[in-house]
Amino acid sequence: MQLIACPWCGPREEVEFSYGGQAHVPYPDSPAELSDEQWAHYVFFRDNPKGRFAERWNHSAGCRRWFNAIRDTTTYRFERVYRLDDPKPLATELASSRRSTAP
Amino acid sequence: MTSPFRTPDGGRIDRATTVEITFDGQTLPGHPGDTLASALLANGRHQVATSIKLGRPRGIAAAWAEDPGSLVQIEAPFPEPMLLATTVELYDGLVAHGLPGQGRLAEVPDSARYDAVHHHVDVLVVGAGPAGLAAALTAARAGARVALVDEQSEAGGSLLSGTDRLDDAPASQWVAAAVAELAAHPEVLHLQRTTAFGSYDDGFVLALERRTDHLGTGAPRHVSRQRVWRIRARSIVVATGAHERPVVFADNDRPGIMLAGAARTFLHRYGVLPGREAVVFTTNDSAYDAALDLHHAGVQVQAVVDARPEGSPRRDECEHAGIRVLSGAVVTGTQGVERVTHALVAPFADGEVGASSAIGCDLLLVSGGWNPAVHLFSQARGRLRYDETLGAFLPGEELDGLAVTGSAAGGFDLAGCLADGQRVVRAALTALAIPPAGEDPLPAAPEAVIPAAPLVLWRVPDTSGAEGSTSFVDLQRDATVADIARAVGAGLRSLEHVKRFTTIGTAHDQGKTSGVLTSGITAELLGIPVQDTGTTTFRPPYTPVAFAALAGRDRGRLFDPERVTALHQWHVAAGAVFEDVGQWKRPRYYPQPGEDMEAAVLRECAAARTGVGIIDGSTLGKIDVQGPDAAVLLDRLYTNLMSSLKVGSVRYGVMCGVDGMVIDDGTVFRLAEDRFLVLTTTGGAAKILDWMEEWLQTEWPDLRVHCTSVTEQWATFPVVGPRSRDVVGAVFPDVDVSAEAFPFMTWRDATLDGVPVRLARISFSGELAFEVYVNPWYAVAVWQRLLEAGRPYGITPYGTETMHVLRAEKGYPIIGQDTDGTVSPHDLGMAWAVSKKKPDFVGKRSFARPANADPLRKQLVGLLPVDRETVLPEGSQIVEFRADGQLPPPPVPMLGHVTSSYRSAELARPFALALVRGGRERIGDTVHVPVNGTLVPVEVTGSVLIDPEGARRDG
Ligand SMILES: [Zn+2]
Repeated sequence: MQLIACPWCGPREEVEFSYGGQAHVPYPDSPAELSDEQWAHYVFFRDNPKGRFAERWNHSAGCRRWFNAIRDTTTYRFERVYRLDDPKPLATELASSRRSTAP
Repeated sequence: MTSPFRTPDGGRIDRATTVEITFDGQTLPGHPGDTLASALLANGRHQVATSIKLGRPRGIAAAWAEDPGSLVQIEAPFPEPMLLATTVELYDGLVAHGLPGQGRLAEVPDSARYDAVHHHVDVLVVGAGPAGLAAALTAARAGARVALVDEQSEAGGSLLSGTDRLDDAPASQWVAAAVAELAAHPEVLHLQRTTAFGSYDDGFVLALERRTDHLGTGAPRHVSRQRVWRIRARSIVVATGAHERPVVFADNDRPGIMLAGAARTFLHRYGVLPGREAVVFTTNDSAYDAALDLHHAGVQVQAVVDARPEGSPRRDECEHAGIRVLSGAVVTGTQGVERVTHALVAPFADGEVGASSAIGCDLLLVSGGWNPAVHLFSQARGRLRYDETLGAFLPGEELDGLAVTGSAAGGFDLAGCLADGQRVVRAALTALAIPPAGEDPLPAAPEAVIPAAPLVLWRVPDTSGAEGSTSFVDLQRDATVADIARAVGAGLRSLEHVKRFTTIGTAHDQGKTSGVLTSGITAELLGIPVQDTGTTTFRPPYTPVAFAALAGRDRGRLFDPERVTALHQWHVAAGAVFEDVGQWKRPRYYPQPGEDMEAAVLRECAAARTGVGIIDGSTLGKIDVQGPDAAVLLDRLYTNLMSSLKVGSVRYGVMCGVDGMVIDDGTVFRLAEDRFLVLTTTGGAAKILDWMEEWLQTEWPDLRVHCTSVTEQWATFPVVGPRSRDVVGAVFPDVDVSAEAFPFMTWRDATLDGVPVRLARISFSGELAFEVYVNPWYAVAVWQRLLEAGRPYGITPYGTETMHVLRAEKGYPIIGQDTDGTVSPHDLGMAWAVSKKKPDFVGKRSFARPANADPLRKQLVGLLPVDRETVLPEGSQIVEFRADGQLPPPPVPMLGHVTSSYRSAELARPFALALVRGGRERIGDTVHVPVNGTLVPVEVTGSVLIDPEGARRDG
């Protein structure tokens, strides 16, 4: 069971968290002005990358705060957690990930 | 009673105490400190059971968890299947019998306790052999927080099985001193009888402690029988030792054939001679210790059969002791029925086997080398590499936070294991910034004798004519060399496929002795390097763990929390039949003597429709929404307008997802300009609070709103029926309950003997109704006042079943029962609850999709069975006949399905709600529902079957 570092509480057990899908998919400013296809992209379409993925997580059984994280979908490692109002980290800001079992 | 194979002295058993056990009906003596296996061997018994498929006799083949042979069922003191005789510690009154591969579950409930403990450490050391003890001591001396776990009954590991000396004294003295030193460190947790059975992410290890199993009937009731330790370690040292590997040959499964190291364990640890006349078959030097130790203990060692052409430098030692050593020879087969009687020995050179001759023996010891126990390393996703010299898989990379040491890392000399244990833990401490202690001595070990290179030999060519069909690779699965050959012959190349084809490694022992053999034999048959076949995946648990232990305290009533309302005891006393609604226990109906559910529900429904009924509605979700922007939030989440609601009024609302499909519904009270009470379905309470918080945090952080659950802060009692006004008016004389002063969809505050109470006119039944809200501390008192006041009118408590019937008669949907995530408000006939004024709300854009305007969408309608008798099963499909009165050819199109179905007291007939394609256009049509093989004609109606004008509700 992984440890996930909540930006508000620090490292906590994975079971305290719930997953919220891809991050940085904002609710459109004017949904009425979108075509059906554009709206469908907001409602249904999400990336499914192999490797780094910006995701939303909620510390649902802890502080109940939402936050964002960069997670590697091949290793499951969390490479960065950041607040909702922080910008998405650039790839160059992230350290190359190492195989590890330690917190 | 005497045990004929017990040595006169030695071993770590308590010879002063004798216990009696019963095995297969035979009473046998043993001593505390024995295992069931050592006690059986002491009494000359090798065979434990017969094999699962072939029924061949099988016995004790190893001394611990790697044994593939000695499967037993414990019958007393507590029945438990599928244990190994080699790991069952002996206690008085143990009753067991051998198992042919399969056990049976106990028929009585397990009355033992099981629990779990979380533990956090700097360093976790797994294994208390020489390397593990050295590592734990170094970490403890440095002041680190340490856990040391070991699966045996006492520390020492391989030192328990041999004659090693440390600091010029028996090694057991150093072990005892090390254990005492660890016990003196307050930050060290040392657990024996504790198996680390799984390693997971981020230094997380699960270990099972067997706390009272070895005490038998003497186990104290208040101590948990087994405990799961959930250990989070900053660094892990794996010092789990190695398993000896057999060599496969024809008829290698007879009782009396065992691993050479196991015989040393039985001799030195348990004081047992596993036979009188032994043949030792080996490919490496380690088995010479077994031959010599048994010889010195009085066993007639007939021959050491060494497959290596040059044999071993230890040959002289043996010959000096009078033991014949046959170099360049192998065991090709055995004779004997229930026990080995002869080993067939033949010359062996360049892979060719010569003519064999029989050597009499009652014990055949085998050593094909050693497999490091790399399970925990591999579970942590460490890559393994094949070592050509050892014929074994070793850790093939460095992992952060997990190091492997001792013979688990391929080191087999005592001094080297001690030093390596210290080395790896010092590296781990450095990584944790914990400086090592100044004083950190290791015991002096004798200089290691450099062993001759082992020969890697997986199997002896089968000269018996059986073509490998009696050359067993996995004894528990009765799987042979012939089975692997069949798998390879069928074209399988992946070891994972070979495993599944042959079932090798899938039994109780998970391939501890058979796994690497299968890699080697498969590679040999395919003609490829062993490195290329690799191993099958090591998965937890390392040894079997009972479900009871994994469940721990989370069983029975503690499996899932039970939520009960303040009135629960009243409901119980009233004879309610309960149903589970989420975690809540809710009264389903209150049967009177002689009533079944149908009769009780008809009575309860009639009371609510013609007199007065009352229900405990306290489980309804309630969320307090406060803040200057509370109305803005609700306008964005509900399909209708909430900001226009007046203080003192109540409005029904529907919430949708962004896809425009209904996710919940309920009423909203406006308590103040900046405060609302949102009611949700019982099951939707947590989900809707999550939903509100998600939108507030992730999309609208500018809104000044706070939400909190108040579900358990308000007991709620709907008082329902034409006489409800009389009842509520009598209990609250200060409140004007007239229709004019207290109209439908309003709320009023009141007091009862100084206790604040909130009253609301809301109806989920279509009847005149009042809801009474009060702090749960006063719930019973208020409920009883209402019952008292209702007695003249025959007030009738009713449960969820009646509630469902009453609401269905009015066409009120239950979200999640009449909807399934593909249903819009319009499909439910609730276009009236969707605002056209609001520029946007969650779900609005999706309503503009053309598909949402499709007249053939499934819509909620009523169904009335024409026979006025059939209660349609919920979930039934709906079909229609063609114009010619025939069913269309299969596949018959399905128009929809029945979502709710009941018998109605008011209508005096059954009715149903259903989602039907183009349903509203079909009102008045007859469609059909297959019930038990016949097609029941049903009339499609509107969903509101009672009081469509709402005159009763508004009254
Ligand atoms: Zn948190």
